[in-house]
Amino acid sequence: MSAPTAARSAARGPDGRGPGGVGATTPARGRGRSSAVRRAPWMLMAPFLVIFTLSFLLPIVYAVGQSFTRVERSGLFGEDGTTSGFGGLANYRQALEGTAFVESVGRVLLFGVVQVTVMIVLATVLALLLESASARWPGAFRTIYFLPYGIPGVIATILWSFLYVPGLSPVVDVAGLLGIDVDFLGPSTVLWSIANIVTWAYAGYNMLIIVAQLKSIPGDLYEAARVDGAGPLRIAWSLQLPLIRPALLLAIVFSIIGTLQLFAEPQVLQSVSTAISNEYTPNLAAYNSAFNNNDYGVAAAQSVLIALAAFVLSGLFLALTNRKDRS
Amino acid sequence: MSVAPPPTGSTTVPDAAEDAPDRPGGEPAGGGRRRPRRPATTILVTAVLVVVAVYFLVPVYWVLVAATKSTDDLFTTNGFWFSDTPQLLTNLRLVIGYDDGLFLRWLANSFLYAGVGAVLATYLAAAAGYALGMYEFRGNGLIHGVILGGVLVPATATALPLFLLFSQVGVANTYWSVLVPSLVSPFGVFLCRIYSRAAVPVSVVEAARIDGAGELRIFHTLALRAMAPALVTVLLFQTIAIWNNYLLPLVMLADSRLYPVTLGLTTWRGQVDRLPEFYQLTIGGVLVSVVPLVVLMIVLQRFWRGGLTEGAVKA
Repeated sequence: MSAPTAARSAARGPDGRGPGGVGATTPARGRGRSSAVRRAPWMLMAPFLVIFTLSFLLPIVYAVGQSFTRVERSGLFGEDGTTSGFGGLANYRQALEGTAFVESVGRVLLFGVVQVTVMIVLATVLALLLESASARWPGAFRTIYFLPYGIPGVIATILWSFLYVPGLSPVVDVAGLLGIDVDFLGPSTVLWSIANIVTWAYAGYNMLIIVAQLKSIPGDLYEAARVDGAGPLRIAWSLQLPLIRPALLLAIVFSIIGTLQLFAEPQVLQSVSTAISNEYTPNLAAYNSAFNNNDYGVAAAQSVLIALAAFVLSGLFLALTNRKDRS
Repeated sequence: MSVAPPPTGSTTVPDAAEDAPDRPGGEPAGGGRRRPRRPATTILVTAVLVVVAVYFLVPVYWVLVAATKSTDDLFTTNGFWFSDTPQLLTNLRLVIGYDDGLFLRWLANSFLYAGVGAVLATYLAAAAGYALGMYEFRGNGLIHGVILGGVLVPATATALPLFLLFSQVGVANTYWSVLVPSLVSPFGVFLCRIYSRAAVPVSVVEAARIDGAGELRIFHTLALRAMAPALVTVLLFQTIAIWNNYLLPLVMLADSRLYPVTLGLTTWRGQVDRLPEFYQLTIGGVLVSVVPLVVLMIVLQRFWRGGLTEGAVKA
């Protein structure tokens, strides 16, 4: 009967816990000492699992099912009833044959390559500057940069939309005074106007993630680098950047997923820019298929394709960067 | 009250020290602080930071100015400065009074969705994450894998089919249709699973068992308290996620009295071309909905430090 006493004294001791402690990875498992302990995890998980299944797994299964289902309407408005049956890949074929959807995928990929790069570089540079001794008032600047993250994407888009509209926007006025004729909402510029909104909203958030990572670099590493005669740029390039790599990778993966999902910004800007079609981004196209064309099969196929693309791209990116690591 | 212990120990620099970097000899123990550089470098770096700060602040400043103007003044006066006849209160009264206080109802709805949704989601995620982290049972790895996959599935991929399912059982266009999907936070489970392993002392759990405490009671009294820092993170992320959600309410709700403030303001924004008075309404509404968020951001800023990377680094 020494085990309980040991457990208790360990609990009272100053070191009875602690991240990465020995006990942390071998908790009270595997004993199977009573049915209560065996039942407990399921009772704890049950509420989450029920709602997770209902609002996550079921819709995904349903969407996959729908994407293989063909609905034939008889009569002009389907008033003579509909028949549905297995349609094979017909919905996928229709989605991919529509040039608008494929173009929209290309558009968000281009958007992602440019916007994610600009945003991550901006976030990294800001984080490094704020963490250098050369910056004054780093706390105040950090708060200002992070502030847009608290503004919902839709509200940010409404805000910027006012700054894009000629007549209302002081930005357009100022540019006009300087002799520059800017059109933020034209066919060739509106994509980058959206990129500006997304960058404005999320750069500060990514910066904060990187700052947190920078702060976890032990001070003596800097000392050692300085003793070796490294200047601030050298320290940033050879010490800080490699050490914040995990945070950068994570920020990029989340940004890729976010880019593919682009919806609210173009949807809201549609009211001020005729350059944004109903199939401007993949998600907008899926939304349009479902609610304007009432073609749920195609909408489901498009949703599945978007999800698959997000998986593949994120996986690909992680695999590529891991390989680089090893070589 | 930091979010979670930093991965490599206590290298976090206290805020006070950061805000006074020019203090002589004020080189904090950890972090990336170097000796103060030459004044020229300081001026250059600070200038860059100021320019970037202007970029981040311009839209917020503009809405602050624009909310004081009449519709005419919006188009005829300098957008970066106040007009001669500021009428902020008139505009706010318009916003609040429109359609029997529809705007206040939208705000209340947002508070309901985000407040109730995030608290329940955090509790559910804590229970599930604790169960996955602290017990070994058949299917543990599988369930964890499926939930982790949930982190990667775009929320938009589930919104459309969810609407089709909900409309078949008659739940679409109700409070439940937005609230129920908001209760799921796969990221929360992920974080709570990692954190429970690191923060819940196994010896104390064992001791409580020997004293005869039930498993659920151990979770509610011991584990929840030990996991508090992670729970704060999950709560904040989920609150923001629900508050910012647009597609789900757009798809689910037809009745404007159930709208959250995000969806409501876009319907106002969509009407400005036909009815110019909606400029004032939309701008005033944006200001009212942004101010509490900005204040909240500034107050809670320090809680965001760890965030997503915390989980990733430990995993």
